Amino acid sequence: MIHGHYPIPVEPYNSALPATIWHNSSTRISFYKKPRRDRSNQVIGIRRSSMLRSQGNKIFALCSKAHALAALQGANAPSILGSDGVRFKSTNPNVKDGKVMHPELLNQNVLDTQYAVRGELYLRAEQLRKEGKEIIFTNVGNPHALGAKPLTFPRQVIALCAAPFLLERPDVEQMFPRDAIARARKILASFKGGVGAYTDSRGNPLVREEVAQFIEKRDGLPSNADDIFLTDGASVSVRLCLNAIIRDKWDGILVPIPQYPLYSASITLYGGSLIPYYLDEKNNWGLSVENLQASVKKAREEGKNCRGLVFINPGNPTGTCLSKDDLKKLIKFAYDEKIVLMADEVYQENVYQDERPFVSAKKVMAEMGEPYVSSVELLSFHTVSKGSGGECGLRGGYVEMTNIHPGAVEEVYKCASINLSPNTIGQISMSILVNPPVPGDESYELYMKEKSTEIASLRRRAHMVTDGFNSLEGVFCQFTEGAMYAFPQIKLPKKAIEKADSLGKAADVFYCLRLLEATGISTVPGSGFGQEPGTFHLRTTILPREDVMQQFNDKFKTFHKAFMNEFRN
Amino acid sequence: MSTGTAQKSSDVSNDTRGVCVTLQNEKDGKVMHPDLINPNIKVAQYAVRGELYLRGEQLRQEGKEIIFTNVGNPHSLGGKPLTFTRQVISLCTAPFLLDHPDVEKLFAPDAIARAKKLTASFKGGIGAYTDSRGNSMIREEISNFIQKRDGIPSNHNHVFMTDGASVSVRMSLNALIRNSNDGILVPIPQYPLYSASISLYGGALIPYYLDEDNAWGLDMPGLKTAVQEARAAGKNVRGMVFINPGNPTGQCLTHANLCELVKFAYNENIVLMADEVYQENIYQDEHPFISAKKAVYDMGAPYNEAVELFSFHTISKGTGGECGLRGGYMEMVNIHPDTVAQMYKCASINLCPNTVGQIAVSVLVNPPAPGDHSYDMHVNETTSELHSLRRRAHMVTDAFNALEGVSCNFTEGSMYSFPKITLSAKAIEKAKSMGKAPDVYYCLRLLETTGISTVPGSGFGQKEGTFHLRTTILPREEVMDKFTKMFKTFHESFMDEFRD
Repeated sequence: MIHGHYPIPVEPYNSALPATIWHNSSTRISFYKKPRRDRSNQVIGIRRSSMLRSQGNKIFALCSKAHALAALQGANAPSILGSDGVRFKSTNPNVKDGKVMHPELLNQNVLDTQYAVRGELYLRAEQLRKEGKEIIFTNVGNPHALGAKPLTFPRQVIALCAAPFLLERPDVEQMFPRDAIARARKILASFKGGVGAYTDSRGNPLVREEVAQFIEKRDGLPSNADDIFLTDGASVSVRLCLNAIIRDKWDGILVPIPQYPLYSASITLYGGSLIPYYLDEKNNWGLSVENLQASVKKAREEGKNCRGLVFINPGNPTGTCLSKDDLKKLIKFAYDEKIVLMADEVYQENVYQDERPFVSAKKVMAEMGEPYVSSVELLSFHTVSKGSGGECGLRGGYVEMTNIHPGAVEEVYKCASINLSPNTIGQISMSILVNPPVPGDESYELYMKEKSTEIASLRRRAHMVTDGFNSLEGVFCQFTEGAMYAFPQIKLPKKAIEKADSLGKAADVFYCLRLLEATGISTVPGSGFGQEPGTFHLRTTILPREDVMQQFNDKFKTFHKAFMNEFRN
Repeated sequence: MSTGTAQKSSDVSNDTRGVCVTLQNEKDGKVMHPDLINPNIKVAQYAVRGELYLRGEQLRQEGKEIIFTNVGNPHSLGGKPLTFTRQVISLCTAPFLLDHPDVEKLFAPDAIARAKKLTASFKGGIGAYTDSRGNSMIREEISNFIQKRDGIPSNHNHVFMTDGASVSVRMSLNALIRNSNDGILVPIPQYPLYSASISLYGGALIPYYLDEDNAWGLDMPGLKTAVQEARAAGKNVRGMVFINPGNPTGQCLTHANLCELVKFAYNENIVLMADEVYQENIYQDEHPFISAKKAVYDMGAPYNEAVELFSFHTISKGTGGECGLRGGYMEMVNIHPDTVAQMYKCASINLCPNTVGQIAVSVLVNPPAPGDHSYDMHVNETTSELHSLRRRAHMVTDAFNALEGVSCNFTEGSMYSFPKITLSAKAIEKAKSMGKAPDVYYCLRLLETTGISTVPGSGFGQKEGTFHLRTTILPREEVMDKFTKMFKTFHESFMDEFRD
């Protein structure tokens, strides 16, 4: 226990308290408690003397911390009797307006957390939708919500795994292709007890082995299934790792600005410090090692430990694909500065140009050889939610831990085990993502056709959206090289900024709200991701289907023109 | 430019940081060195998947047959899923089947109708993110279920679905715990989700002992003493967990017990966290399940307006036992609306609970009704599983009580048996000489000899000097006889080996 004197705010039982007490700085008081007894009914404590002091218009009792807390909690909290016979009631710091879980009494990290993707704009959009307005939800990368169809093969396998009694039916082959049936049998055999049983907390070992093989094939490097954890979406992987890395508020994580708010929110929630590093919009949202170094230097001067560095490739919300050269610089930087790399590679399948195909951080690290390949600590994340399948709702993801100390992997395993296991359907979905039908399989052609059609369509949509934005007055948008988003900069007229100020809103929030009200298009303002001060952006997905994209662009254009005319300086 | 090596010196004090001292950033070339990770993670203990589980896994990989009775995981021991639930899930995952001409050959008509209804309510199907609290139609179904169960209105905006009930528990603990002085009352023995999560969120666990001699009943004076002592030690007592039916203890609380708890929570300004995930698993008729919410409302004002209550439920237990699908929910009663909004924000960081788990919740709370095509089969499947569990509860308890030095309260509910084993001084010495807790030693020997994987009592907490283990009652009836015989043979030889 910490020794010392602690003030307890007290308030009078009777508001008509004599003024003399309020101004008396050293009234002797006694705490009258019901006698404390031990289990054999022996009295072990009864009263305690202490001091009252006034400060401003509040009165404080000075006593030990333990005594203060004991005095203030619960119904048996003692009344405080002043030497002149006036009773005081203590104010319980644990309760406000009758609530223990009062919003002002919650975990400060929870209160401080911001999560814009589902913030004000989203809530307003939900409200409008309930009122019957048609809303185009381009605020979240949620392809199926905008009409994308699931890939057939994974869903067939999942349907069979969920209802294994179908496999016993002689007519099952009339409804399901043979390779889906064979795959479901194989998967069910590996899930002891089927999909209704908990798996190992890291996920099914067969699926983790498949993930390791996928990585090996992609990068040409060995991968160890024991360093791969499956989770309920990649977000859970990211959070598991951040929770392990962050010890206190002096532990900092470098995060790109603009960034995906999962990072800022999780870092706040775990009580760490976000250290921003700016991406260079003029240079196609490119990385600048100078910016990174400046950020690290500044953070260290403030006394922070730089523990981790997040990068998102392809970029969210920026759409940038990193070149091999960029990745080399990042890896060298992480090595020189002793920083754990956190590679958000969930959009690795979503690439819409041919100049910079996706290259994993792990592959580049291997190409760089020693000392990088065996010492840079790397966490890499992938998901079933993105790509061409877009299985957001199933919640499947993984983290691969490279060069992470086995003892740390063990600790992360223990944390994962508190939630028992990731959901099995997401695990199956991951199994098929990393181990799809191969040439010769009955479903191969359909599967490949569905995938390539979707990626080709996304590529066209990336162009449509970017071109649409760049044709607008005062709007500038880098091409969406990858991922699922466009992040145009909008030069807002001074009048619009003033109007937003007068409404107490950030200018980009104001713009997005007006867009939502006028067109039903739900976007996320740039301030939710971070942006250079004085610039305004918004994020939209490129996910509206091609047949409605023209309509989407037209609506946007009409709104933007009217908005610019309304606020023209 | 400052470098990693420069940063390594760990005792630099910096006046912008007051009394803080820079923590070490790197050890043996590793930033994520196990000695340098979040200390809350290091202290968190999670015994259900601890030493015994790991050894069990190892033996299994070596080809030994292991009976995993360490986790309440019914399907892994041969429990079968409920047919209707799985038909609906199957159709929702592959909605193109709904258009297939042969669909009615393979699926029941009410399963088809239900899948259509659910698919329509998930805008974009189950591959789309839902609201972070879960699909609103299903949350309304949950509210209706609670309303029907308790006869009290329920607001679906205060019902959040999560990936299993564990996530619900953790979200609420995370909001409640601010620092190491914030304490949560947890029963001993307890389910280690609570101790582990409280450690992880940096709070203080305040133990209160259940009374083994009184069928693991609540000891109200003991509870009050626990609170007083915690406060005297400088803790804020913020929340109180209770598990009804009990895990690992199997007891069912009476209406009178619950009313005492509610009164206590009201008087002491403590948030109640009611773990009610075993509400369907009741194996006697004297103490049916009564929800904490019902008790709160039965007591009338001021309790029903003031007592802050979280209640948790899941698809993992009951008769369906859908552990792998990860579906659960919490209902928040008398929780400040702005606090609910804060929880919503936290939930949104993970985007949404998995949709298949949500569908399983939907079927759990809104099962086939009389007259529906699948009604008879569904009722038949759930009741026969429940009856079998009741028989197994008796088989396990009786078998333990027949052993020398073992006493075991009857499993009135839930899925566990938690016998007390009186170990000889010799056995205790032997364990100590190996650096193991005596109950861990016993359980390890049991595992090596028989392949039965249990969890030692120390993982749940037990009175000093007593030793327990937890086993599920989940081996199927046809192997239960073998299970109890193996246990008996092992126990007899263990007792002979270490007889004082």
